[in-house]
Order: sequence, then C-alpha cells, then structure tokens
Amino acid sequence: MRKPVLSLHDLKVEFGTRQGVVKAVDGVSLDVHAGEVVGLVGESGSGKSVTGLAILGLIDPPGRIASGSINLDGQELIGLPDSELRRLRGPSMAMIFQDPMTTLNPVLRIDTQMIETIRAHENVSEKAARDRAEAALRRVGIPSPAERLLTYPHQLSGGMRQRVAIAIALLMNPKVLIADEPTTALDVTIQSQILAEVQQLCAEMGTSLIWITHDLAVVAGLADRIAVMYAGRVVEEGDVDPVLDDPRHPYTYGLLGSAPSRNRRGEKLAQIPGMTPSLANLPKGCAFAPRCVFAADDCKVASPGLTRDHTRTWRCFHPVHAREAAQ
Amino acid sequence: MLAYLIRRIGQALLVIAAMATIVFLSIYAVGNPVDILANPNADAKEMAEISARLGLDKPLWEQFGLFVWNALHGDLGRSFVFNEPALKLIIQRMPATLELAFVALIMSIVIGIPLGVWSGLKPDAWSSRAIMSGSILGFSLPNFWIGLMLILLFAVQLKWLPSGGRGPTTDVFGIPVSFLTWEGLRYLLLPAFTLALYKAALVVRLSRSGTREAVLQDYVRFARAKGLSPTRIVLVHVLKNIMIPVVTILGLELGSMIAFAVVTETVFAYPGMGKLLIDSIGRLDRPVIVAYLMMVVVIFVVINLIVDLLYAALDPRVRLQEAE
Ligand SMILES: Nc1ncnc2c1ncn2[C@@H]1O[C@H](COP(=O)(O)OP(=O)(O)OP(=O)(O)O)[C@@H](O)[C@H]1O
Ligand SMILES: [Mg+2]
Repeated sequence: MRKPVLSLHDLKVEFGTRQGVVKAVDGVSLDVHAGEVVGLVGESGSGKSVTGLAILGLIDPPGRIASGSINLDGQELIGLPDSELRRLRGPSMAMIFQDPMTTLNPVLRIDTQMIETIRAHENVSEKAARDRAEAALRRVGIPSPAERLLTYPHQLSGGMRQRVAIAIALLMNPKVLIADEPTTALDVTIQSQILAEVQQLCAEMGTSLIWITHDLAVVAGLADRIAVMYAGRVVEEGDVDPVLDDPRHPYTYGLLGSAPSRNRRGEKLAQIPGMTPSLANLPKGCAFAPRCVFAADDCKVASPGLTRDHTRTWRCFHPVHAREAAQ
Repeated sequence: MLAYLIRRIGQALLVIAAMATIVFLSIYAVGNPVDILANPNADAKEMAEISARLGLDKPLWEQFGLFVWNALHGDLGRSFVFNEPALKLIIQRMPATLELAFVALIMSIVIGIPLGVWSGLKPDAWSSRAIMSGSILGFSLPNFWIGLMLILLFAVQLKWLPSGGRGPTTDVFGIPVSFLTWEGLRYLLLPAFTLALYKAALVVRLSRSGTREAVLQDYVRFARAKGLSPTRIVLVHVLKNIMIPVVTILGLELGSMIAFAVVTETVFAYPGMGKLLIDSIGRLDRPVIVAYLMMVVVIFVVINLIVDLLYAALDPRVRLQEAE
C-alpha cells in the first residue's frame, strides 16, 4: 500500500476554558495520500477547523495539542519548534479559510501579500517573485492579473479574493492544502466554479486536498474519501461512495437525511433532532447516543471502538445497514 | 480630490471666522487693559489718552469691524506692551513651540508604539501589566507636577540636564531650531518628555488595543499559514493596521500639544508661544492673546486637514468619499 503524505494518529487538541477542558479534537486518525481529495464533514463545532489548524501548528493558547502524531511526508510535526514549522507552511502545507473578506490584509496590496509569501521561503528577486505571483493569479482564473496585483483587497469581489487566497496558498506548491469551507461565504454559482478550479489545480500539481464542509453534495462530487466528524471524533471514514450510499454510522445516516422519519428530497444536510453537545461535558459513552434513534443501553456506558470493513471504518455499536434501513 | 480640498478649505475658513468672532468678543469681556498699562497714579485724562491711542475708546462694533478689516489684511494688531505687531511676536516664538511639540510627538510614538504593541502581543505577561499601570500614571499625573519632579531629579539632584530655558539654536532655512546640536537637545529633553508622557500613554493604549484586535484577525492567521516570520507579521501586517487609528488620533492631538504646551513652557521657562500667552494674559495684552488664539485655531484646522489626507493615504479603503 502507498505511504500517506499526511498521517494523523490519535490527535488530541484541548482548550482550557472557564467551563473546563474542551476536547475539541479527541483522538482523530486520518491518512491522506498523494493527490487524494478528502472531505471532512460534520456539524458546526465538531472540530473540523481545529483539526486543520492543528496540522499547520496554528493552535494558540488557551488551546494546545495534547497528544498524538501528525506526520507529514515522513516528518513528525508535533514538537517541532515554530521556526521549523514556519518553513513547512507554504511549501509543504497550506490552508485557506472561510471568509475571503477577512483573510487578506486590507491595508496591503495583493502583490505585497503574494511576493512576501515567496520571499519568506526562497531567496529570489522581487521581479522573479512578481512574475510568479502574476502567473499564479492567472492560473486561478483571474483576468488581467498584472493589474490585479496592484489593487487592494477591497477592490475585488468576494470570489476574486478567495481566488487570490487560493493562489497564495498554492504559490509554493504545497503537498497538502486544507480548505476550510472556502466557498461557504460565496454565491452558489461562484462556489461551484471555485470548487472545480481548486480540484483541477490540485490534480495538476499533485497536491492532496482536505476539503472541510457542511455540504455533503460538495463532498459527493469532489472527494475520493470522506471523514465524518462528531464532537471531536471521526465517527466514520472511508471511500466516498460506500459511505454516502450506504452509511454505517447513524450520524452519517442522519446527515444524509435518510432517517426513516425524513423526507429524502430537497435539503442536503438534514436536521438531526437534538443539539450538538457541549464539548466541555460530553455524555459518557458514545457522544452521539442522546440524539441517536438506534441508541441502546450499551451506547451510554462505553465509547465504541473502531470497526472496519474493506472500504471504511466507523465507531458504533449498532451500525446502520442498508437492508435494515430499507425496511 | 480637488473638490474635496476646496470644500474642506471652505469649511476651515468658516471655522476660523467663527472663532475670530468668539475670541474677540470674549477677550473684550475680560478686564480693561488700560488699568494695567497705565501708571498707577495716572489721572482720568491720561487714562483716556491711552485708551484713545490703543483704540479702546471706540464702541465694540467699531473695534470689531476694525479688527476684522485688519485681520483680513494680515494684521492682528500691535501688542500694547511691546508695541510690535502681535502676529510677529507670535511667529517669533512659534518655532520654539513647534519644535517642542514635534519632539514630544516623536517621543510619544517612539515610546508608545513598541510598549503598546508588546503589551498587546503578550497581554498576560507581567511586563505588559507593568506597562499598563505605567500608562495609567501617564494619564493621571498632572503635567506640571511631572515637570517639576523631572527638574528636581535631573537638573537639581543629578545635574545632568538644564532646568529650563531654550538651548542654543541654529538656523535652518531662517528658522531657529535647537534640536540639531546636543547642547540644544539637552534643553529640549525634559520639557518634551513632560509633554510627551500623556500622549505616550495614549499611544500605548491605542496600539495595545489595536494589536490585540489585529492578532485575532483572519489575515494574521493567513499570514502565519503562509509561513511568514512573526517579525514580519507584527512589523508589517499588524503595525500597518494599527497605525491608522494611532496616526489619526496623534495627529489630532498634535494640535492640543501645541496649544497645551502652555503649562510645560511655563514650568520650564521655555520661551515659546505658550509662555508668551501666559505673560500676555497677565498684562491683558489683548492683541497678543487674540493673535495667539487665532494662530492656534489655524494650526488646529490645518492639522485636521493634514490628518484626514494622511488617513486616506494610510487606509486604502478610505477614498475621501465626501468628494462625490
Ligand atoms: N479559541 C478557542 N477557545 C476555546 N474553545 C475553542 C476555541 N477554538 C475552538 N474551540 C472549541 O473547539 C470546538 C470545535 O471548533 P471548530 O472551529 O473546529 O468547529 P468546526 O467543526 O470547524 O465548526 P464550524 O463548522 O462551525 O466551522 C468548538 O466547539 C469550540 O468549543
Ligand atoms: Mg470551522
């Protein structure tokens, strides 16, 4: 089997808050192979962004990486000093964020923000860096890139700004790009354009992509594999078709809107009854049990371990099976 | 841009005209200068003569009309005491005050921004707490008291710096300045520091809150995700954003620094406009008082305009929208 480019093992990230220690990421393991697209889905607060930030080493106090391993291309990232991590941010791993209105510095021109990225990593002339910046803008589909370089972020539309952010993230040909809901804040038509562009660029460059989203339809069309997070854990993970066509975990099942009580048309992300639990005082046993239609007594006692078949893994004592659900 | 400038200048002229009226009328209301100027045992006839010579015997509206007419011709009257044009007296003293204010301004920036940014980056460190407590002192201790303490310490006790006055000056484009020689600078240090302290405290506060806000912004996170060094993030990404409020507020404060140099100049016997004002008030030298106040108004107005232009230059999102 191929060796993964990025491998998370039992990653735990905690935040010290007034309500106690919040385990925002609680034992996440995930492998990402070269050129692969992994969709990371889950409700708000399930720990998707924190997972992404932890990979880049951008968890700030009161948060900290409590334990686990993040292995990027054979190198362990946890415990690396910030100066070492900094050298990897850009050339090895990059991240783009949800709101294109705020990710670019409002008082610096686009060229400044692009050229500084290149020159932070390579000793190249201003001119050479500018040429590369211009080429990068062209690649993400920005018309007249030389002129755009001279503008300030506020002079560009949201879609254009997100394209600039993508161009910046891809400037150094990273091995892994983490896209944290980069299209949520945009118009639907622009969403799909940008989605297609990022997918294509990553495929061309051989960059692995972790696409964080709420939107299962996006993942279905984009990802090779999918990881479903709930309350800081990956509850189901595997090849995208089997997971979405025939989910094992009741949470995935619920997300798909295929629970018996739901209508199947329309919404992509069905509402699951109940609320996401507060991470500061999770119930004993399976964190999803209080909202789960399949929950039994054993779910409230112990946390389910990992079960696997040949295409995926899941954490559930009473997994859904297509045959049962059809009844 | 041009339309904006013309409009702003129009507004400025209006403000100046309104201030001229208020200043003239309110000065007219305080005391009769003749009582002070005349020899204590002068009789009524002599008093009337002085009054006539200074034009104080005319009715108020006529005096005001004359004042406006002359002011439009660049003449703000002659000092009763020195018998010289009041404007000339002010302008002679102005370089000293401007120099004091600018040196104080630079001091407040040089002291305030690093301390503020530091305490904004490390809000919980003991050093930051010390800086913040210090800035409260800077706000609350009275200016003249700080001046006196500095004199006691550095001039009287340690004898490092002179206790007052202005040092030797050199002419630059015909303007006498003292900051170019070490000897001249020594005279400036204490009064400028006294004047700077309050503003430095203000700059500390502004840059601290600006920094605390900026480091939480997505653009800082993105800058880190790009692999930039913390130095570049702070010195370029954060500083450029916090400079917008700092420059705006400090620019506006420069006017008040010039105006309120009065106290510092008095404590340090520093021969600037402020000292002249205090002396003139003591002698009810109306033309000088009026000329001083008019000068301060003009300085305020000009500074305001410059600050607005600077603000637009610093923040690309501001494009002097009023122009449209
Ligand atoms: N700075 C912080 N301080 C305290 N707790 C935090 C902090 N950042 C994140 N958390 C905790 O981590 C949990 C997971 O947050 P995260 O941002 O990863 O969620 P998410 O899955 O990305 O949600 P969304 O879809 O809303 O972006 C949150 O519920 C919150 O409790
Ligand atoms: Mg998120």
